[in-house]
Amino acid sequence: MADSLFSTPAALDPTAGPQGSGAAGSPEQGPGHGSGEHAHGGYNLTGFVIFLASESLIFAALFAAYIVLKGSAPLWLPAGVEGLEVREPLINTIVLVSSSGVAWLAERALHRRQLVRFRLWWLLTMAMGTWFVVGQAREWLGLPFGLGDGVFGACFYLLTGFHGLHVITGVLLMALMLWRSFRPGNYDGGEAGVTSVGLFWHFVDVIWIVLFALLYLWQGR
Amino acid sequence: MTTTPIPFDPRTLRAPHPVPGAPDNWRRFFTFNTDAKVIGIQYIALALLFLLVGGLLAMIMRGELITPPADLVDPSVYNGLYTMHGTVMLFLFLFPILNGFNNLLIPPMIGAPDMAFPRLNALAFWMFPVFGVVLMASFLVPGGPASSGWWAYPPLSTQNPLGLLINGQFLWILAVAISGVSSILGAVNFCTTIIRMRAPGMGWFRMPIFCWTALAAQTIQLAGLPVLTAGAVMLLFDLSFGTSFFQPEGGGDPMLYQHFFWFYSHPAVYVMVLPVFGFFSEIFPVYARKPLFGYHVVAIASFGIVFLSLIVWVHHMFTSGTPQWMRHVFMVTTMLIAVPTGIKVFAWLATLWRGKLWLTTAMLFAMGGVFNFIFAGITGIMLATVPVDVHVGNTYFVVGHFHTVIFSTITFGVYAAIYHWFAKFTGRMLYEGLGKVHFVLTFVGAQLNFLPMHWAGLMGMPRRVASYDPEFALANVLASLGAFLLGVAMIPFLLNLVSSWVRGARAPANPWQAIGLEWLLPSPPPAENFEHDVPTVISGPYGYGLGHPLVADQERYEARLKEG
Repeated sequence: MADSLFSTPAALDPTAGPQGSGAAGSPEQGPGHGSGEHAHGGYNLTGFVIFLASESLIFAALFAAYIVLKGSAPLWLPAGVEGLEVREPLINTIVLVSSSGVAWLAERALHRRQLVRFRLWWLLTMAMGTWFVVGQAREWLGLPFGLGDGVFGACFYLLTGFHGLHVITGVLLMALMLWRSFRPGNYDGGEAGVTSVGLFWHFVDVIWIVLFALLYLWQGR
Repeated sequence: MTTTPIPFDPRTLRAPHPVPGAPDNWRRFFTFNTDAKVIGIQYIALALLFLLVGGLLAMIMRGELITPPADLVDPSVYNGLYTMHGTVMLFLFLFPILNGFNNLLIPPMIGAPDMAFPRLNALAFWMFPVFGVVLMASFLVPGGPASSGWWAYPPLSTQNPLGLLINGQFLWILAVAISGVSSILGAVNFCTTIIRMRAPGMGWFRMPIFCWTALAAQTIQLAGLPVLTAGAVMLLFDLSFGTSFFQPEGGGDPMLYQHFFWFYSHPAVYVMVLPVFGFFSEIFPVYARKPLFGYHVVAIASFGIVFLSLIVWVHHMFTSGTPQWMRHVFMVTTMLIAVPTGIKVFAWLATLWRGKLWLTTAMLFAMGGVFNFIFAGITGIMLATVPVDVHVGNTYFVVGHFHTVIFSTITFGVYAAIYHWFAKFTGRMLYEGLGKVHFVLTFVGAQLNFLPMHWAGLMGMPRRVASYDPEFALANVLASLGAFLLGVAMIPFLLNLVSSWVRGARAPANPWQAIGLEWLLPSPPPAENFEHDVPTVISGPYGYGLGHPLVADQERYEARLKEG
């Protein structure tokens, strides 16, 4: 999604590479049509950052709902539930957060045009993301409460589910970038696609850190 | 000497250059076209269609209210009517039509060939018919459309007496959610275009005010819509999946939804009114032949409004059991909004002051819109005052105030923009005579419709009721007559649009002698606007009577227009 929609059709845009994305505009040319080039692509990164800023506010709203409901609900945990197990999710968290560093290594490799190394690091990032999703699913299956069990159950599944959708989206986007890296001349027009997906991945990780703190570390009332 | 045969292709004979707004080849308006000017006209045409739908719903309601008892429609049908009237007018008329103007105006005004992401732009547009159909389909499902008001407050909105998964409220939430996604994609596109694609030399403070206000409005979309989306998702879960985020009996908090809803839906009014402030700021200098008074301050005030709009939402909840300290804080922030908006109003008045006024239809609608806006601003300050609001909240006073903003200001501004830019983007002139008939009917109809509502509200008539005490009868009869007059006013308007577009006089490139990049293009502009030949901007906008050119080499651009 991020790449195919946030780009100008290559047929219309002679300056764009097959990826459809020029380098995200050079600052010294100022806004607009630089050296008279006929380009209305190449603004992908700008657009993607604006999108992420907006997206982060959905999470901010959900966090706010969680905090308010936790502070005001007369009954919080469903009957018979003591709290959430922290150990497994903590391992999951460490895997997901450190995958951000791996993604960074992949991007650095790509900058240095070490394509094979880029693919290996990128694949490892995807594997760590998948590990997280599987771990999350296993946790869901083992929990003694469901979506309808009080405000806590609803909040827990909505927050982790919405974040999990983002992790899955991130892995799928990375798969798309990996597939594209095999096309010849893919990076002639810049690496805005990979940079955008990398940003998205860091974003998903940062959201998880906050989420982990809210759901697992802040269990008392 | 041999002559080269000219290649002949009958398809190119009618339109040698594909011109997006011209009436020939109308089929492209029904395709997935990525040209911003085609998309702009698609938005505007479909939004006007939904204006007719929303207006029809309003006239049925006013027909019901012309007599005190509920005799025309059943009270439960009436609940559906006002819910759908509000939703259609906001989500299917005003937001889309303003997005249409963003598409038409932003690229030419800043000298860009198109939007930054044309395919994303087309995708955002094609979501509009989808959520339009979803919302209209809710009239057909068992139980009828959503009937909890356009606020959809729980627990009323989470009632599902028939127990069906697909019900009116479900479709309502779905439509609002798709509309939200479409608006966020649009906002990303508009912001990126304005930030990154301005013509050489067009610094921030050489940008037309419309672009400032569009950027400000889209910033609100980006900040507010995600919050509404979060609230709508939780509402959907409560309605369909048995959660209790907003259900007090399950430990939830119905006030939380009200916070989420108004955190977006109050600023949403500024999303609609800011571009209209932009229209006023563009139109007054043209027809008063004077530079816009206080350009810098007007530009910055737009972002003052953005900032304040995000911290005023609780004024909709003064009577919802809000703590007293919150009422105080939000009363003060709400009143502060009068400062940046007041700055703009004074700037427009100062622009008109001692100008040589040219009373075209566009100018009449703009002046009428500001006139009504001043009235709405005064009643707005009254409503911001907690002691007044506690008494008139949820009465017709609020309805009158809101419609004076939404119709008598914003829709007037939209009409003004249509009369001002129609010639530019279709290449045909609108008939001024029909336009003035439209203005007179609309202005009289609006006053007759919305002024008596204030009176009925001050007397205590509650909103959202199908029957009322006979003491309110006179105000309601007047309001209903005004509503029907507004319906009649659509006839000359639509007649004018269709007949002018098909066979109106050919428009010159600059019929109003206006200053701006879009007026240096032919009417209608070619598909990629200036293409490779983007002018370099050398002075600020609105240089009326100052005698300096807007762009380098201006004579060349003007000469080219005369040749064409």
